[in-house]
Amino acid sequence: MLYFARWKITLIVLVILVGAITTLPNFLSPATLRAMPDWLPKSRIVLGLDLQGGAYLLYEVDRADYIQKRLKTLEGDIRQTLRDEPRIGYTGLGVQGNGTQVRIRDLTRLDEARTRLSALTNPLVTNVFGGQAVDEFEMTVADDGLVRFSYTEQGLSQRISSIVQQSIEVIRLRLDEFGTTEPSIQRQGEDRILVEAPGEGDPQRLKELVGQTAQLTFHMVDQSMSAEQAMQSRPPVGTVVMYSAEDPPFPYLLEEAPLLSGEDLIDAQVAFDQQSNEPVVNFRFNTSGARTFSVVTQRNVGRPFAIVLDQEVISAPVIREPITGGSGQISGSFTVESANDLAVLLRAGALPAKLTVVEERSIGPGLGQDSVDAGRIASIIGAALVIGFMVLAYGRFGVIADLALATNIILIFGALTFLQATLTLPGIAGIVLTIGMAVDANVLIFERIREEARAGRSAISAIDAGYSRALGTILDANITTLIAALILFQLGSGPIRGFAVTLAIGIFTTVFSAFTVSRLLVALWVRWKRPSHLPI
Amino acid sequence: MLLRMIPDNTRIRFMWLRSVSFPLSAVMFLASIALFFSVGLNFGIDFKGGTVFEMKTMESPADISAIRTQLGTLNLGDVQVQQFGAEDEVLVRVQQPEGGELAQQAVVSQVREIFGESVEFRRVEVVGPRVSGELAQAGMIAVIASLVVILFYIWFRFEWHFAVGAILTTINDIVVTVGLFVVLQLEFSLSSIAAILTIIGYSLNDTVVVYDRIRENLRRYKKMALPELLDRSINEMLSRTVMTSVTTLLALIALYSFGGEVIRSFTLAMIFGVVIGTYSSIFLAAPFLILLKLRPSSVTGGDGGADADKADEGSSGSAASA
Repeated sequence: MLYFARWKITLIVLVILVGAITTLPNFLSPATLRAMPDWLPKSRIVLGLDLQGGAYLLYEVDRADYIQKRLKTLEGDIRQTLRDEPRIGYTGLGVQGNGTQVRIRDLTRLDEARTRLSALTNPLVTNVFGGQAVDEFEMTVADDGLVRFSYTEQGLSQRISSIVQQSIEVIRLRLDEFGTTEPSIQRQGEDRILVEAPGEGDPQRLKELVGQTAQLTFHMVDQSMSAEQAMQSRPPVGTVVMYSAEDPPFPYLLEEAPLLSGEDLIDAQVAFDQQSNEPVVNFRFNTSGARTFSVVTQRNVGRPFAIVLDQEVISAPVIREPITGGSGQISGSFTVESANDLAVLLRAGALPAKLTVVEERSIGPGLGQDSVDAGRIASIIGAALVIGFMVLAYGRFGVIADLALATNIILIFGALTFLQATLTLPGIAGIVLTIGMAVDANVLIFERIREEARAGRSAISAIDAGYSRALGTILDANITTLIAALILFQLGSGPIRGFAVTLAIGIFTTVFSAFTVSRLLVALWVRWKRPSHLPI
Repeated sequence: MLLRMIPDNTRIRFMWLRSVSFPLSAVMFLASIALFFSVGLNFGIDFKGGTVFEMKTMESPADISAIRTQLGTLNLGDVQVQQFGAEDEVLVRVQQPEGGELAQQAVVSQVREIFGESVEFRRVEVVGPRVSGELAQAGMIAVIASLVVILFYIWFRFEWHFAVGAILTTINDIVVTVGLFVVLQLEFSLSSIAAILTIIGYSLNDTVVVYDRIRENLRRYKKMALPELLDRSINEMLSRTVMTSVTTLLALIALYSFGGEVIRSFTLAMIFGVVIGTYSSIFLAAPFLILLKLRPSSVTGGDGGADADKADEGSSGSAASA
């Protein structure tokens, strides 16, 4: 146990050296770091959001909302399909619970209706290599003429999955231009998206950018009656009342079917109105959009139309002349920032479904820094107490245990830096706890050595037996803690995960430092002093 | 002169003390369960949903009643305002509003708006009803899963008696720690689950070390009566058990005093867990082995099969006397 081959000693020293070099950048100023030669590692420990401040936003696709919208679209598709020549008479078309249903009047044409409508079950291809095509909807036809479309479980989960995918793309486009920090966007579970923005203490604007559906539509304003009249009586068929974003909101009576939507846009930019000098958003349609827009504006000179964002009227200008160039301007009461955000939203496109914030945690940079400081002080004091106590209790051997502890701490930081693991506040607690528990291995060994010495062994033989007999115990004891740490890592998120990481890393470095480093130091000391009795 | 926490060669009769420690633990255990079901845990927003704001006011000390009045105008339902850490820091808890996640987001913007620039929002946490349910479930699974995995590990490394004894000991530690959360009404959050898992790790660590020595002594002293053997093993490990607890507690106390308000209850739970884990590995883990009727003969492996028969005789005698 006390003999070390030269290559082993070299290896141990090398490991410690590499650990120290990896740890070093964490304690240097950025300027010193830049001045260092290129071959030295320069990465630092990644601080968690709770330490550097930032926002953690967990979004969930609003299933109910999506299903309702999708079923409503399906209703329109069914109407269209049955109205195609030759028309099939129907009644009772509408959304019922989790499906859309319709009753075919003429039962003799039920088969024809079935064939025609079956195209609407919308097969979704599972993967590129064919595989199994899953229908989005299941169509059931009853003998009394009732045709019902309902979501299949697989169809829905696939829809949700692709919605999440699309939403991530859209969010990424939107956030590309967001501030200096780089938010991370990732899928979580089946229907969730996690957005993390380091350094963002107030995520209000971030939330507006991410969470807004940004469905832009253009509607003609119905002038057959005023919006107030429509609300008091009944609005004409095919129209709807929508409000402006102003305070108090102003109602408009609009044609329900949009002329054009945000999908027809190819560009949107912030500009300033030449007369009022207020910020506006200029947009350009794609070719087909431009054509439609030109036809509509030619036909409706002198009538107002409304630009609607997420069911809210932004502005309702009167068409003064036909717009044939395929570009237009949205003016509302924008600030430069809000105009800019709208332009970004329009360029990135609409979210395919509504997203809801189900969890939000934002930490201001002030608290983050305070936590780092508090963690640092607590670690230093904790380590000092433990180091002092070990010297008091074990004398020279205590110093050896302390050296092993120092190596341990260096290696923990080295491993954290190397793995680019995220250090969180509970993670710091994990390190402090490790400092306390790390000496356990040495305590086990030293107590064992004392015992062996009491049992009459010579100093060297007691030391030897102490190390070899304590090993099994040390391993058993640490593996149980490791199991707890691994499970914590699997099930935890964010800060807790950081705690599990430091705890787990701490276990490996502890076993290494106690069993290898301290043993080597003791061996060197024995070789040097050749003690006949134990100072322990 | 070196500091000795525990003198050499102690001969404390721990097994004899079990007539005190078992009833004492049973009372604590049952009281914790009773408290859990009658008073209940003070669940934080992680498990119950809701919103927490930590803010720093411009004036010091913070005018808590003014903040309360201001919040009162928003009609947010049950709102708690308390000082948190420094004098100018305030923690506001708003219960889960009706109307789910959207209503919650409205709460956040309302509160941010009403205070505006007059305070610095240091932390805002919002947990919706769906997520809080999942977090609670994940926490339960974590605790149970780690117990099961560790049970199998110890079973694999030792005899089943040890595995069962270690798990019983650990369950006791968990229950009593939860009892502490109830008594002090500490907020029970995700980090409390982390604290409990750490306590599981620590308590098992302690228990395994003692068991390891028991196993070794079972091989060495084949004729010794079980209670005597357990006493001997615990006494031999006593110095180590106490030393390790002391160093761990030193580190944790530093963390408790200087680590900041955010992790204070987390650290407090761990300090308590270390104390209870140390107690239980001495006063519960080993005596459980007597209850579970562990005999030296059931320990496999090790030295010499020749005197296995003799050992058997010796042990059956000891089991009878136990």
